[in-house]
Amino acid sequence: MRSSASLALSGAATSLLLLLAGCTRTEPASTLSADGGPGTAADKTSLSVKGSDTMVILGQRWAETYMKDNPGITIQVTGGGSGTGIAALINGTTDVCEASRPMKDAEKTQVQSKRGAPAVEVKVALDALAVYVNEKSPVREISVPALHKIYVGETKNWKDVGGPDHAIVLYGRENNSGTYGYFKEHVLENKDFAASVQTLAGTSAVVSAVKGDAFGIGYGGIAYLEGIRALRVKKDDASPAIAPSLQTAQQGTYPIARFLLFYTAGQPTGTTQRFIDWVKGPAGQGVIEQVGYYPLPKG
Amino acid sequence: MAMDLARGTPERSLKRRRGWVDRIMEGAIRAVALLSIAAILLILVFVGKEALPLLTSAEVHREVTFGSLFAPSHSAAGEALYMWQPVSEVPKYNILPLVVGSIKVTLVSLFFAVPLSVGAAVFVSEYASPRLREIIKPAIELLAGVPSVVIGFFALIVMATWVQTVFGTEHRLNALVAGIGLSFAICPIVFSVSEDALRAVPRTYREAALAMGSTRAQAVLRVVLPAAAPGIAASVVLGFGRAIGETMIVVIASGNAALLDADLGRSARTITATIAQELGEVVIGSAHYDVLFALGALLFMATFVVNLVGERIVHGMRRRLGIVA
Repeated sequence: MRSSASLALSGAATSLLLLLAGCTRTEPASTLSADGGPGTAADKTSLSVKGSDTMVILGQRWAETYMKDNPGITIQVTGGGSGTGIAALINGTTDVCEASRPMKDAEKTQVQSKRGAPAVEVKVALDALAVYVNEKSPVREISVPALHKIYVGETKNWKDVGGPDHAIVLYGRENNSGTYGYFKEHVLENKDFAASVQTLAGTSAVVSAVKGDAFGIGYGGIAYLEGIRALRVKKDDASPAIAPSLQTAQQGTYPIARFLLFYTAGQPTGTTQRFIDWVKGPAGQGVIEQVGYYPLPKG
Repeated sequence: MAMDLARGTPERSLKRRRGWVDRIMEGAIRAVALLSIAAILLILVFVGKEALPLLTSAEVHREVTFGSLFAPSHSAAGEALYMWQPVSEVPKYNILPLVVGSIKVTLVSLFFAVPLSVGAAVFVSEYASPRLREIIKPAIELLAGVPSVVIGFFALIVMATWVQTVFGTEHRLNALVAGIGLSFAICPIVFSVSEDALRAVPRTYREAALAMGSTRAQAVLRVVLPAAAPGIAASVVLGFGRAIGETMIVVIASGNAALLDADLGRSARTITATIAQELGEVVIGSAHYDVLFALGALLFMATFVVNLVGERIVHGMRRRLGIVA
């Protein structure tokens, strides 16, 4: 009896160990193909798309429309943040990574070394990064340098930027967010965010926080404007204040507009390639404005 | 075939068969029991293994060492900064704001949950009629079944505004809101263990006190509560363990700013929230990954020790009162 119990136990323990061994850091790279996912068939029927929370609704809308036009193909879109998507691409658990910021060189190197193929970037849409305040706020516009000072914690009171005499309450995104990365790079010039920035999961959480906080400020995609106001943004104190819109984003006059991106490990092939081509074509680009972002400039 | 055997020597074959089935069942049950222990140990091993490079790997040491988890970084002006900013040109991994955040939120939750739950336990065990007890007890224990994400959402939408209006807190989402939300989650466990402790006090204690002429309140305060004190202490300890490990409520309601201060009106970032929000993003094997696992190991040890202490107190109390656990 004793021996049968210990046998069963050791068997179970071994299988647990094997399970754990599967989760260790030596991710197998050999079974992955150059088209960015498990399996090599060029005509595989399911694609996984993962990454930016900013892009998750857009990605889902693309997937729905594409699946309707191409029965038999399944596209699974999940969020988690650009960092999550990039990590998934590096670890080989997604075909396409959605990112709202460009990959860092270190990340590209990791894709190359872990997946054996370079990271390939495709621009798929345009987003104007909006700066939100509560509807009750008298502030209408802000310059990028002023925004910089607010978010690194040098400017602490609304009265310094034309508002009431009250402390500014900062809202931002988690550090796995592409929006976080973009804002940090382009507005903060890679300085650190003030420690008092409350980090929330998802742009919609930032929006609802600012909606409920008369002295709050937040940033995020342009698609999420509801019950809050997007400030007009000046490139510097001498520049004109530009409201975020299709024209200003496409012309490049709105100072904090960015491209939304797809990444694959290696040149996309087969199903992945067809999906990406469709996204960049008129059908895919036509979907973008319904979600609140902007199509790529023509030509 | 079994029929034939049974017809031949019914008694012996039945006995033999029962022995055989029993043995398999006993072995299976034992294996399952040991498996759960093995699972915990293996999880501990896994977490420890993933955190280990923090102590050993030279590559990780270029970014962070065990000592630098506690050491401040310095601003351009030379001011000491305690910052948790792992995604940065120069990543900053100071875990003190996270530890303080966890402790702050947990203490707030205990501050609200303990008096309420212990009070409820005293009422239910000492004053309530049996019928009332049958209503109140399951109702409080039902709270344990409310998903923490629901409590968190309630805290975010309803309580946060209320707390800010009443206390005039600087941040709408703060340690106070998260702590109050958390207290809902730990009330059932504190109540349940306290009530068990009070009910375990032998009836003779109460009868003796009343016979000596004390009032009911005196009997409760001077006799029953002191006798049940270790059990109540255990309930607090177990509540602490539950609170410090809770994730969803604090992710939603605390605002998650990693601030090193004691102000309950400001946002707080807990260890659990940090792991939950950042682990999805990290590249496996990076310094950031190892630090998150080190945080997990820290939390694991803290809750393990705290629960162990709690269990020991309960056990000791039961033995003291002559109840075999």
